[in-house]
Amino acid sequence: MADKNVRYLTPVAVDTKKEKYCRFKKHRIKYVDYKDPEFLKQFLNEQGKILPRRLTGTSLKYQRKVAKAVKRARHLAILPYVTDLMK
Amino acid sequence: MMNQYETVFIVTPVLSEDQVKETVQKFKKILTEGGAEILTEENWGLKKLAYPIKHKTTGFYNLIEFKAEGALIEKLETEFRRDERIIRFLTFKMDKYAVEYSNKKKKMKKENSN
Repeated sequence: MADKNVRYLTPVAVDTKKEKYCRFKKHRIKYVDYKDPEFLKQFLNEQGKILPRRLTGTSLKYQRKVAKAVKRARHLAILPYVTDLMK
Repeated sequence: MMNQYETVFIVTPVLSEDQVKETVQKFKKILTEGGAEILTEENWGLKKLAYPIKHKTTGFYNLIEFKAEGALIEKLETEFRRDERIIRFLTFKMDKYAVEYSNKKKKMKKENSN
């Protein structure tokens, strides 16, 4: 009979389903400014690549605006095309 | 139909301060001659570029926000391409959300300045 109270060394990481929401809808942000790197960095990973929607949870309409703004910022050398450990 | 535009351009860092001012004046003159109405003008000064452009790692960033006819933009951009002191430029047609955003920022800047 398996021991009833089997305790694990580390708590089992049950996948807590955090409700993902689109921050643009929530905070009523309508315009993504391509000149503001701090805000855009939240949508980039360490290498400077744009994060997919399934991780950031943004809706399609605003993901396109973010992508366009990031590409404009890259054109103006405000954001790098590729880098390592940018954050 | 007058649209609102915003153009950001980077001037090569080799120039001295007044040469940079002179290039900015030159483009403002092109705009005013073409019948554009300049709303705001910002100078972010010497900033580090995220990657080297034409083997330079820094540049003078300038921003001009203006209202203009559509035809003027083509002329403005050929001037940008012709002038070798400008190493990069981007003209952006502002939609209503962008206009609202810039007005809000101008209002905030006015509030905390006085």
